Amino acid sequence: MRFIFRTDYGQDVKLAKHGGHVFWYSALMVLLVAAPWLFAEYWLAQLTFILIYGIVGLGLMLLAGFTGLFSIGHAAFLGVGAYTQAVFTNMGVPFPIALALAGTLSAAVGVVVGLPALRVKGIYLGIATLSFGFIVEEVLARWESVTGGNSGIQVKHPNLFGWKVDSGEGFYFICLVIAVISTLAILNLLRSPTGRAFVAIRDSEISAQSMGIHLARYKTLSFALSAALAGIGGALYAHKLRFISPDQFNILQSIDLLLMVVIGGLGSVHGAFLGAIFLISMPQLINLSKGYLPDTIGQAPGLQSVVYGGVLIAFVLFEPLGMYGRWLKVRTWFQLFPFYRKGLFKRQKSFQKSDRLK
Amino acid sequence: MQILQLVISGVSQGCIYGLIALGFVLIYKATETVSFAQGELMMLGAFGGLASMTFMGFPYWLAVISAIAAMALFGVLLERIVIRPILGQPAFSIVMLTIGIGYVARGLITMIPGIGTETHTLPVPYKDMIWKFGGDANGIGSLVLNAEQLVIIAATAGLCALLFAAFKYSKVGVAMQASSQNQLAAYYMGIPVKRLNGLVWGLAAAVAAVAGLLLAPITFVHANMGFIGLKAFPAAVVGGFGSLPGAIVGGLIIGLVESLSGFYLPDGFKDTAAYIVVLVMLMVKPNGLFGEKLRKKV
Repeated sequence: MRFIFRTDYGQDVKLAKHGGHVFWYSALMVLLVAAPWLFAEYWLAQLTFILIYGIVGLGLMLLAGFTGLFSIGHAAFLGVGAYTQAVFTNMGVPFPIALALAGTLSAAVGVVVGLPALRVKGIYLGIATLSFGFIVEEVLARWESVTGGNSGIQVKHPNLFGWKVDSGEGFYFICLVIAVISTLAILNLLRSPTGRAFVAIRDSEISAQSMGIHLARYKTLSFALSAALAGIGGALYAHKLRFISPDQFNILQSIDLLLMVVIGGLGSVHGAFLGAIFLISMPQLINLSKGYLPDTIGQAPGLQSVVYGGVLIAFVLFEPLGMYGRWLKVRTWFQLFPFYRKGLFKRQKSFQKSDRLK
Repeated sequence: MQILQLVISGVSQGCIYGLIALGFVLIYKATETVSFAQGELMMLGAFGGLASMTFMGFPYWLAVISAIAAMALFGVLLERIVIRPILGQPAFSIVMLTIGIGYVARGLITMIPGIGTETHTLPVPYKDMIWKFGGDANGIGSLVLNAEQLVIIAATAGLCALLFAAFKYSKVGVAMQASSQNQLAAYYMGIPVKRLNGLVWGLAAAVAAVAGLLLAPITFVHANMGFIGLKAFPAAVVGGFGSLPGAIVGGLIIGLVESLSGFYLPDGFKDTAAYIVVLVMLMVKPNGLFGEKLRKKV
């Protein structure tokens, strides 16, 4: 195993802790850049969706995993971003400007939703965001002059200052660049004072406040950033699908996003992308397994939701840190090899501490 | 007459919301967790009633009792097998867990070949009983009373009285109240808190089954009927999340607002009225109408 001796404070907040990180992430980048030449069209499209969901997941991770505020209406931000992008692109606005507008508008909406977050906590916030999600979905369906109502709206190919991106590869590279930029942005945010303030709020609001953290400002900021990333993800989603309608941004989509960050691993940047991989690859795996299952199970329409629910229950019960937590355990096992202790990651059991007084 | 008609349909719809919200509140009070599977439990209860009525051929009363008993047992088992292992974890994990339970329940029902994907009618004896009052010769402007709606209102009132008596006079009820106020203190006083949690889940599932059986004659029985549970959250919040009478009152308010806004306001407000009400409530009075105000003292 690798021993790292910390000799100065800067090492605590370095992006890459050691050479191994640099090597493996560079290898991953090379693989991702080479992907269009390695994979067929269909798999490249799936990879694009993983990147898009990863961007949205990063936003939700920032909110739920790092600030401890969870939103059951996150698909609303996705919807706001997607519709903003669709409307502006169809008006002929260049892609980067429309994308910035989509992000900004979603962030503005996020601030509006974040305002009740200053007064309510826990489940109340969940219900506030849930309500907000329903209202946005209804607005998208009813505001027909702009959104086209329930019949949806077509989205043009992105127009990058004259270069029309109409190939899968081109769009994949756009998504890759944006995903890398947003991952770096989140990583840098998390090692800055702002990011540490978010984590402090998650761990204990009262102690964070007593350390001089302005709760209202940071919670609103967290909502705004999270919504902006969701909006950007939504904008890319609109371009990828080329057709959006309000029912793509409903409560089930919100729950899928939540499921994604929980299964990926709350409180880790890796978790956002691992969760996205899970969310995109699960339907494929279920489809593949259909051939091996008896027809009564394999052809049943409810199979996918049973599998999703079962996996979610299994993760919450047995692996609360999600897929990333599983990876951490495997890595720790190898690092400590002869000395791995069985209850190393065991959770403390206790009676429920009262949430009502928080 | 028009307004009376709207009020009655709003109240009966509100009773359903109130009953589901009652399930949330029971579970929240006792275990401080929020169950997102309450709507799905309601759906399972309705399917249980359907199964015992049409496939086993039970008479109505027996079918209702057996469906409720089966759901109560299911609730107890659910708590024992799935919820108890993560007792004491953050509330968020239990929320995700109940979302997972909802997914599985909905999926499993749809997987039953030939039954799960269909819409069924529950053959209740009071079907198609309608009374008309007032109005002119053509029946315009008359007040139409549906037996289904009246049964919902009566059954909700009865159930509330029953629960009230149970919490006030029975030993188990008093113990539940004690453990809902302070689990640790109740445990020290010799109350079996874990077993009580199981009972509370059973009770919540039974109440959900009642709601399902009452709702079934109006909306039919199908796998997605549980989504109505999402409208019961506003009811619980408006009433105050920790208050049993609050759940019913909140449900009535949501039902009334929905029914009246569906008639007097433009299209689209009917579906969102409940959520607009809850957002306003959270901004004005986050503790709800009957919610207790707790403050941390150092």
